[in-house]
Amino acid sequence: MAEPQRIFELYSSPHLKRPVSTDIIMRNVVMALAPVVAFSTYQFGVSALLLVLTGMTASVAAEFVFTRMSRRDNTLGDWSAAVTGLLLALTLPPGFPLWMAAVGGVISVALGKAVFGGLGVNIFNPALVGRAFLQATFPVAITTWTPAFVPGRFIETVPSTLAAPFMQPAPVADYVARAVDGFTGATPLALLKFQHIDTDNLRLLFGMTSGSAGETAALLILLCGAYLAVRRMLDWRIVAAVLGSVFIFSGAFYLAGHGKYPDPFFMLFSGGLMLGAVFMATDMVTSPTTPRGIWIYGVLIGAVTVVIRLKGGLPEGVMYAILLGNGVAPLIDTLTQPRIYGAPRKRLFPQKTAKQTEATK
Amino acid sequence: MSTAHQHQPSPPASPPEAAGPPASETFLNGLWKENPVFVQVLGTCPTMAITNSVRNALAMSVAVIFVLVCSNALVSLVRKTTPKEVRIAVFILIIATFVTVVDYAVKAVSIPIYQAMGPFIALIVVNCIILARAEAFAYKNGVFRSILDGFGMGFGFSIALLFMGSIREILGAGTLLGYPLFGANYQPWVIFLLPSGGFFTFAFWLLIFAWWRERKDKRAKATRPEAGQLEAAPQ
Repeated sequence: MAEPQRIFELYSSPHLKRPVSTDIIMRNVVMALAPVVAFSTYQFGVSALLLVLTGMTASVAAEFVFTRMSRRDNTLGDWSAAVTGLLLALTLPPGFPLWMAAVGGVISVALGKAVFGGLGVNIFNPALVGRAFLQATFPVAITTWTPAFVPGRFIETVPSTLAAPFMQPAPVADYVARAVDGFTGATPLALLKFQHIDTDNLRLLFGMTSGSAGETAALLILLCGAYLAVRRMLDWRIVAAVLGSVFIFSGAFYLAGHGKYPDPFFMLFSGGLMLGAVFMATDMVTSPTTPRGIWIYGVLIGAVTVVIRLKGGLPEGVMYAILLGNGVAPLIDTLTQPRIYGAPRKRLFPQKTAKQTEATK
Repeated sequence: MSTAHQHQPSPPASPPEAAGPPASETFLNGLWKENPVFVQVLGTCPTMAITNSVRNALAMSVAVIFVLVCSNALVSLVRKTTPKEVRIAVFILIIATFVTVVDYAVKAVSIPIYQAMGPFIALIVVNCIILARAEAFAYKNGVFRSILDGFGMGFGFSIALLFMGSIREILGAGTLLGYPLFGANYQPWVIFLLPSGGFFTFAFWLLIFAWWRERKDKRAKATRPEAGQLEAAPQ
C-alpha cells in the first residue's frame, strides 16, 4: 500500500532555499574582486599583482598563526582572511613596498580581528584597520603614487616595490618621469586639493588615472558590486546611501561654492569612494542590520567623506569615514530597533493617556 | 593589682613588622610580581606620554624613584602622628614638596630634558603609584621597609618605562639612546612615536605579562592544586 500523499509540508522558520554560508559569500567577494585585480595589473603592471598576492599571503598566514595560538578552530576555510588581505592591497599605492604590505596584512588580522575574537565579533573592518595603521606608520610610502600605464610595467616592478624589509624604499622619481614628463604621480584628489588641477570625469570613470592599486576604475568596481548585489551577497542600500549622500552633500557644496569645490560627479568617481562604498562599507559584520540603521549609517559615511575631502587637511577621507561608521554601527542598531508587530509604540515624549488626563483633573 | 595592669596587652601602635615577609621580598615584589605598571596598571599616563625615547624614560624614572622613596620615607615617619581623616592631604603635601624639588633640579640639570618632559614632571604629584604606595604601604610600615618598597616599586616603574621606551625608540626611530642601530636607510615606523603607538606598545606588554602570569598559575595548579588557588587569590 502506498503512503498517503502529503498535501502540505510544514516547516518552521527560517525558510531558506539554500544555505548561504560565510565561505560561499567570501568566495564570491574574491571572485567579484578578480576583475578589479586584473584591471589593476593591466594598469599598474606586475607591482600591483605582487602587492595583492603579498597582502593575501600575509593575512592568511596571520590568521593561521592566531587561530593556532588561541586554540580555536582553523578558520582559513571561510576565506575571510583572504578577502581582508585582498581589500587591503587594493587600497595601497601600486608601488607600495611589499614588506610594508605584509606588515599591513598581519596588522589587519591581528588588530582588526584576532584581538576581538575572530570574524563576526570585530568592531572595525579589518582591512581598513590595517590601512589606517599603515597610514600612521609609513606616511611617506603610502602617499607615494606612481602613474598608470607606464611603459615596461609588465616586465619590471616599480623600484619601491622590492625594498628590503625594514629599509626605506628606493625613490620613484625616475620611474615616474618615464611615463609623462612633468607628471608628479599625484592622485586626482591630491591634484585638486594641493594644486587645484581638475581631472576629467570620464577618465576617472574608466580608471585612467593614478591612485591606489584597486580604486581607480569606478565603473568596473560598480559592476562587480552589482554582481554581488544581484546574488544578494551585498546590501545595495548601503552603497546607495553612501554614494547618494556624497552626491547630495558635495552637490550642495558645489552649488554654494561658486567654482570653489569640485562637481559631485568628480567626488563620486575619484579616490577610494567606489571601492570603499561597495566593498568595505558593506562589510556584513561591521555595518548595522536594521533597515533604518543602514540608511543612517550610509549617509553618515558619505557626509564625513565629503567633509574630510572638502574641509579637512587630507585629500581623501573614505577610510576614516567608514571606520567612524563602523564605530557607531552598534549604537545605530540599538537606536533603530524596529517595532515588533503588535507591540506598543514607544514614544520619545510619552503622551498622557485619556485615563491619566482624567485622573489629573 | 599592679601586676594585672602590666599584663594588659598594649594596643599595637604599628602593625607587626617582624612577622611580615622578608625584606628582600618587599623590594623584589615591585620589580616583577607586582610591577606597578604592567601588573597593577597604575601610572599609565607618564607611561604613555614620556616613553617615546629611552632618554626621556630614564629621566622620568629617576624623578619618580626619588619622589617615591622620599615620600615613602617621610610618610612612614609621620604615620603615627597623622590623623586618619587628613592623611591624604598630608600625603599630597609631602609628595608635592618632593616633586617641586625634582622640578627645579631637572630644570637646573638640563633644559632640553625639562622641555621634553613638559608638564609631566608636575604631574608626578598625581601619579597614582606614589599615592598608592603611601596609602597602602608607607602608612602601615616602618621607615626601612617603606624605603625598600619605594625603591622596589620605583625600579619596577623604571623597568616598565624602559621596556616601553626601547621598543618605541627602536621601531619608531631606529635608534637606542640616540645611537642609530640599523644604518641610515632604516625605515622608521612613525606610529610608535605617536600616542597611538604608545597604546599599542602598552597593550603588547600587558599581553605578555598576562600570558606569563596565566602560564605560571596553570603550572602551579598542575603541581599543587591548593597552592595554585592561593597564588591566584588577590593579595
